[in-house]
Amino acid sequence: MFTIVNREEMAGGTVILNEIEAPRIAAKARPGQFLILKANENGERIPLTMAETDPEKGTVTVIYMVVGKSTELFRRLGVGDAYQDVIGPLGQPTHIEPGKNVVCVGGGTGVAVLHPIARGMKQAGCDVTSIIGSRNKDLLILEDKMRLASTDLHVCTDDGSYGRKGFVTEVLKEKLEAGGVDQVVAIGPVPMMKFVSLMTKEYGVPTMVSLNPIMIDGTGMCGGCRVTVGGETKFGCVDGPEFDGHQVDFDELILRLRAYTEQERCSHELCKCEGRH
Amino acid sequence: MAVEKTPRQAMPEQPPLVRARNFEEVPLGYTAEQAVAEAGRCLQCKNPACVQGCPVNVDIPGFIKHIAAGEFDKAIGKIWERNSLPAVCGRVCPQEIQCEGNCLLGRKGEAVAIGNLERFAADWERRHHVCELPSRDVATGKRVAVVGSGPSSLTVANDLILKGHEVSLYEAFHKPGGVLVYGIPEFRLPKDIVGAEVACLQAQGVSLECDVVVGRTVTVDELFEQGFNAVYLGVGAGLPKFMNIPGENLVGVLSANEYLTRANLMKAYLFPEVDTPIPRGKRVAVLGGGNVAMDSARTAMRLGADKVSLVYRRSREEMPARKAEIHHAEEEGLDFQLLCNPVRYLGDDKGRLTGIECIRMELGEPDASGRRRPVEVPGSEFTVECDLAIVAIGSGANPLLTRSTPDLPLNKWGYVTANTDTGKTGKKGVWAGGDIVTGAATVILAMGAGRKAADSIHEYLTWGW
Repeated sequence: MFTIVNREEMAGGTVILNEIEAPRIAAKARPGQFLILKANENGERIPLTMAETDPEKGTVTVIYMVVGKSTELFRRLGVGDAYQDVIGPLGQPTHIEPGKNVVCVGGGTGVAVLHPIARGMKQAGCDVTSIIGSRNKDLLILEDKMRLASTDLHVCTDDGSYGRKGFVTEVLKEKLEAGGVDQVVAIGPVPMMKFVSLMTKEYGVPTMVSLNPIMIDGTGMCGGCRVTVGGETKFGCVDGPEFDGHQVDFDELILRLRAYTEQERCSHELCKCEGRH
Repeated sequence: MAVEKTPRQAMPEQPPLVRARNFEEVPLGYTAEQAVAEAGRCLQCKNPACVQGCPVNVDIPGFIKHIAAGEFDKAIGKIWERNSLPAVCGRVCPQEIQCEGNCLLGRKGEAVAIGNLERFAADWERRHHVCELPSRDVATGKRVAVVGSGPSSLTVANDLILKGHEVSLYEAFHKPGGVLVYGIPEFRLPKDIVGAEVACLQAQGVSLECDVVVGRTVTVDELFEQGFNAVYLGVGAGLPKFMNIPGENLVGVLSANEYLTRANLMKAYLFPEVDTPIPRGKRVAVLGGGNVAMDSARTAMRLGADKVSLVYRRSREEMPARKAEIHHAEEEGLDFQLLCNPVRYLGDDKGRLTGIECIRMELGEPDASGRRRPVEVPGSEFTVECDLAIVAIGSGANPLLTRSTPDLPLNKWGYVTANTDTGKTGKKGVWAGGDIVTGAATVILAMGAGRKAADSIHEYLTWGW
């Protein structure tokens, strides 16, 4: 059992932070790696990239949006409650090259995954410009932490309720036009990562994305997380989760992420009904 | 002779059309009367060939003699001397090429049903709990880490705990049992049986920790730093092979590993009672001809498929599956598309599978495996319509653990190099056995490797490397 020692709600309760006791994982985890979490006996195994680790305290932190039954079950866990299973750290850690000029682009809960990477890059002496965005002001997360982790921070909202009105790609385009960008890191909804990658390809700027395909074991055993990268099949769990954004077949990934849409909806509806009892 | 007059006792089974729609076990097990009658057929050979055919050398005539005398408690005690997982082996061993394949009676008629009798003795014990666990030797103070909790690891754990060592099992999944739990379906091996076997080990003092991915959560070298004196690697093969043909990433194409893990470990056949979904194909194609292919096909039927086709590039004679499984699958209505090889997957504009283009094959000259090599028949392409394809063409070596252990010698395919007689690897204090050494094989061969490794580990802990 893996006990929750701290819990926060963000973005009007649609996004949850759980700090979980898992000393062995905390001791090994590196930025960019992920966990698999399972709430209870009948639960699904859900991959989530870590937002924070504290080896001294022996804790790991995940931040997730409530989108279906499994994340709804996670949401119902309070401080002192426990996940039945937490497995990790899984996947390859982020490769950080010191002293680079980097632009970090984050959308939605992707900002939670982006944060430790931006911080790691800044600590390694990179000049980190971050651009984070959300649909509106209420859904924006981790602005203060991102400000600390960046040399320069830009905030966008789709509806203009906070920061600059528009998409993160608009700010990114200005930075790319200005030149001098060595690398872009983009983490967020798949369409966002796709459009960032298309844009940076035009400017020839290497771009890293972090993917979250459907998987079961997270150790290379099931092959459910297949993604096409540069025309080759890769496993998101062991080869990733980070890949070269210019090589990823995002359209295929979007279709594969919809494989269980029907079942997911059914499961979530039933869960909502139970919740009302 | 009287023995020849008694026919082999048929195993009572669920009727095919009933069982093809449920996940209950197919064979129901012998009654005590049937078991005694079947045991009475054994010739009690002086030099029993059956024992030589058993990878862990169970004293087969010995335990059968006890069953014939109605001494079921003594029968299971006799089996336990050599085999700690009889309820599993009685169900999943390929007896026809092992013990029963060597039975003298089989030369002229039907072999003694050794597997069925082994299963009977184990099931009888599980229901009555009259037998005492084997006694443990004096504690040695030595600690052994066993990585993985499949059949070879469970055998190592059993043997070493009895020899007085401390044993810790580490499992990457959230449940112990390895392939017995994620791979073999409920209708062939009920999960309660695996649970009971593991609980039995725990009762003897084996410690078990799930959710530990050795290679990630902890490395082999760190296990030594933590004070373990020896490490056994029984992690299985665990890397699904794909056809590498166009369209393989369409939605609806799954590895058998994924399909069976969803169904077995995650119990997705109970969805939405449990949270893990599984695709319920109406027309299903299973690629391959081994036990995993049979398990996948029969699972698909039970999940409500209208038609399940087995696409296999050789002929029936070359199919590596256990005979009983092929027979069961056929009774349940499996469609065999033999001498037929997939060329590419076909999909719709939503990226979902609609069919597989296949080509007919004919058998040519024998290849390196001694089986006749299938050759394409030009112009014979045709389409197998399906909305779900399960790729069951074998497994490779999963590199997750081995890559984190750079000084562990591997062969060119990535399997761990280990001595066949001892399981010793090229890294001091480390043994390996089962599929991570041999490539995908059977439960009993993995157990045989575990037995040899346990003997060697015990020798090392007593006398040194």
